[in-house]
Amino acid sequence: MSGHVAPKSMYYAVFAALMIGTALTVLVAFYDLGPLNNVLMLGIAMTKAALVVLFFMHVRWSTRLTWVVAASGFVWLLILFGLTMMDYLSRGMVPGTWR
Amino acid sequence: MDTTTATPTLNYLNNGYGLKSWLLTKDHKRIALLYLWSITAFFFLGGFFALVIRLELLTPAADLVQPDTYNKMFTMHGVVMVFFFLIPSIPAVLGNFLLPIMIGAKDLAFPRINLLSWYIYVLGGLFTVAAAITGGVDTGWTFYAPYSTSASNSNVILAGVGIFITGFSSILTGLNFIVTVHRMRAPGLTWFRLPLFVWAHYATSLIMILGTPVIAITVLLVAAERGLHLGIFDPALGGDPILFQHLFWFYSHPAVYIMILPAMGVVAELVQAFSRKNIFGYTFVAFSSLAIAIIGFLVWGHHLFVAGQSTYAGLVFSIISMFVAIPSAVKVFNWTATIYKGSVSWDSPMLYAFGFIGLFTIGGLTGLFLATLGMDIHMHDTYFIIAHFHYVMVGGAIFGYLGGMHYWWPKITGRMYPEGWAKFACLNIFVGFNLTFGPQFIVGYLGMPRRYAMYSPEFQVWNVLSTAGATILGVGYLIPMIYFTWSLKNAPLAGANPWGARGLEWETPSPPPTENFAVTPVVTEGTHQYAPSREVGIV
Amino acid sequence: MSDAPSSYQPPPVAIHPAPVVEHAHHPWLQHHFDNMEQQAEASTLGMWVFLVTEIMFFGGLFMAYLVYRHASPSGFQEASHHLNIYWGAANTAILIVSSLTMALAVRAAQTSQSAKTQVGWLLATMAFGAAFLGIKAIEYYDKFRDHIVPGPNFQWEGAYPKPAEQFYSLYFAMTGLHALHMVIGLGIMTVIAIMAWRKTFDEEYYTPVEVAGLYWHFVDIVWIFLFPLLYLIGRHYHAG
Repeated sequence: MSGHVAPKSMYYAVFAALMIGTALTVLVAFYDLGPLNNVLMLGIAMTKAALVVLFFMHVRWSTRLTWVVAASGFVWLLILFGLTMMDYLSRGMVPGTWR
Repeated sequence: MDTTTATPTLNYLNNGYGLKSWLLTKDHKRIALLYLWSITAFFFLGGFFALVIRLELLTPAADLVQPDTYNKMFTMHGVVMVFFFLIPSIPAVLGNFLLPIMIGAKDLAFPRINLLSWYIYVLGGLFTVAAAITGGVDTGWTFYAPYSTSASNSNVILAGVGIFITGFSSILTGLNFIVTVHRMRAPGLTWFRLPLFVWAHYATSLIMILGTPVIAITVLLVAAERGLHLGIFDPALGGDPILFQHLFWFYSHPAVYIMILPAMGVVAELVQAFSRKNIFGYTFVAFSSLAIAIIGFLVWGHHLFVAGQSTYAGLVFSIISMFVAIPSAVKVFNWTATIYKGSVSWDSPMLYAFGFIGLFTIGGLTGLFLATLGMDIHMHDTYFIIAHFHYVMVGGAIFGYLGGMHYWWPKITGRMYPEGWAKFACLNIFVGFNLTFGPQFIVGYLGMPRRYAMYSPEFQVWNVLSTAGATILGVGYLIPMIYFTWSLKNAPLAGANPWGARGLEWETPSPPPTENFAVTPVVTEGTHQYAPSREVGIV
Repeated sequence: MSDAPSSYQPPPVAIHPAPVVEHAHHPWLQHHFDNMEQQAEASTLGMWVFLVTEIMFFGGLFMAYLVYRHASPSGFQEASHHLNIYWGAANTAILIVSSLTMALAVRAAQTSQSAKTQVGWLLATMAFGAAFLGIKAIEYYDKFRDHIVPGPNFQWEGAYPKPAEQFYSLYFAMTGLHALHMVIGLGIMTVIAIMAWRKTFDEEYYTPVEVAGLYWHFVDIVWIFLFPLLYLIGRHYHAG
């Protein structure tokens, strides 16, 4: 059976990007950028994760099914986080009720 | 019809004898039977706990057992029935047996993982039985914190570990089904030619994959907090008990769709076979399974309406819970439209299908009452809830399970059970079931709370009716045990297609050979093409 | 029995037996599959589905983290500051290197390189994985020494003791679960390395290496999120 064979240079390039991303995220943490800290931190982490998924895990060249399966995991995580935090963030929002 | 008692040719049952050939089998059909025996044992264990509950509730006072013991009874009833009977039942028995055959495959994608899933199930079951024998658990099957993490003196960790382990059985089954349906369909078997039973099990598997891991980690956290006094869920230690409920119900609500979707898949098959008609609205029914699975993940907060969740969240979850009823209604309408102007036969599987449609509708509609935020304030933690979920779980899921067991029994065993007794048992179960749980709607609405060994005396008459019904129901469950067992050696041989039904499973001998098909079938049209009514002389 | 009129014969479902095709039987082809390609596709899909369950498994812990950080952001910042950012960053780099070597191991099998090359990349992956665990052990030991392991011996000298204990409960739960997955990963690598040494893998059959790689990359991704969420919050409140 055959799959897409990527050149070694691609792997090294992604590796370099991941290391740069790590350095960047550590650097940014030492500065107070307000809410931007969290945004940047999550953004860099998600970019790194995307690089690993797309290139190291070959999703870039995989079937659409693989892509959907991988994406569904993250979407379901968002459902868990989103609807639960909706509870915590909306406490006290409806006036006249006890929560 | 062949009435000789000679066993048929080489099939999966006689292909290899001895304990080792069963305990080390990779054949999905044998694994299905391994599951059948274990879940039946757990069903009767859970039934025993129910018996104690109903006997205690004959009288208003807590006079049969101590309240602490009563707490253990309803907890163990719930744990055993939910995790060890309802969740595995149809997928692990009928799904395992039929899925590969229905898609023209020789086995599931990962036969050894299939066997592993059974061993994991048994191991988890042993932990739970150990928890029961060595003192029981009294937290309720919902394990709410902080009682479960801090105050309870019962075997929470042991039971929790049992549930954790069994969760992996569910995960592996779902994984196997998903990969099998994607990668092992026979040539020509496109998605929209699949039997609806397969669609239902595919949707169920999605839920198993996406939901079960969350309860796994939650149960682990409860055990860790209990053992190490951590303060994750216990407010006295700085924890958040509502977080527990969010995490618990994120799985446990979709879990109820794990329990009902396979039964709906069975009913779709029964309704077609016994109306001699293709399903009305195949595409809608197929997609409704997916819709139930997906929307089912968005409604868990309706279990937290009075728990301390924000009112805003309550409103959101209430509205979405209304939406989840829609795909279920689509199914009920389409089944009904299928039966309409069909050539209906009243064989026992079809009686179970009819029972399902009526009882599930009642259970589902009462679910809508509960989804209504204001109503739930009044009815939460009353017997109305208990009646609601027993209507869908027993009137729905168990009727589907029994209907499927009767329909496919000739395929699985090669023998036809006695139809007269089957009809009698079905009627028995139907009457017993409604007498047990119908009064519970009433007594719940009148205010009787759940999970108490004692109750106010004005509720007694309803409780007596309910216990009478439970007795009838219990007898009803025993009857199929007897005639199914009897049929293995004494009933007539069934032949490949005793019902004259459609589907790849009816194209193989009964019982099927180990490899299912001598040659891989090539499918050129939908596997369920019943002749239109015109062609059988019905106008 | 059924009430169908006895003269009624249901028209047969149009099923035509497929012609039997002789195939060269790869020694690693399991018989319920038709060919190696189907087997490989099923295996990789199976691993991806399993990884989705792992995402949700860790997800529960991330959910708890979100709730508690929202409840006490300052407490979490304070607690996070006591983690050693250098060990954390080093571990992140180590794990990324191990992901690279793993990807190259898969590529080596995929391009039929020698068993020695394949095993070399796999051993490198394992070495870096072990290094990660070694550093983790040092970090855990430091926590024990400083009495910031949650439970009866927890002593917090700074502000926000309760959130600090929750932070460290989550720290141990999340990194502990992650470390457990790494240990399992090392076990898997050992098996794969032995198989590779026995010249099992080439471009015709390298699925186990690929599937092991998927697992290893997933463990890397979990750490990619764990590192900033645990080690990097509020660093700027205590400059340097």
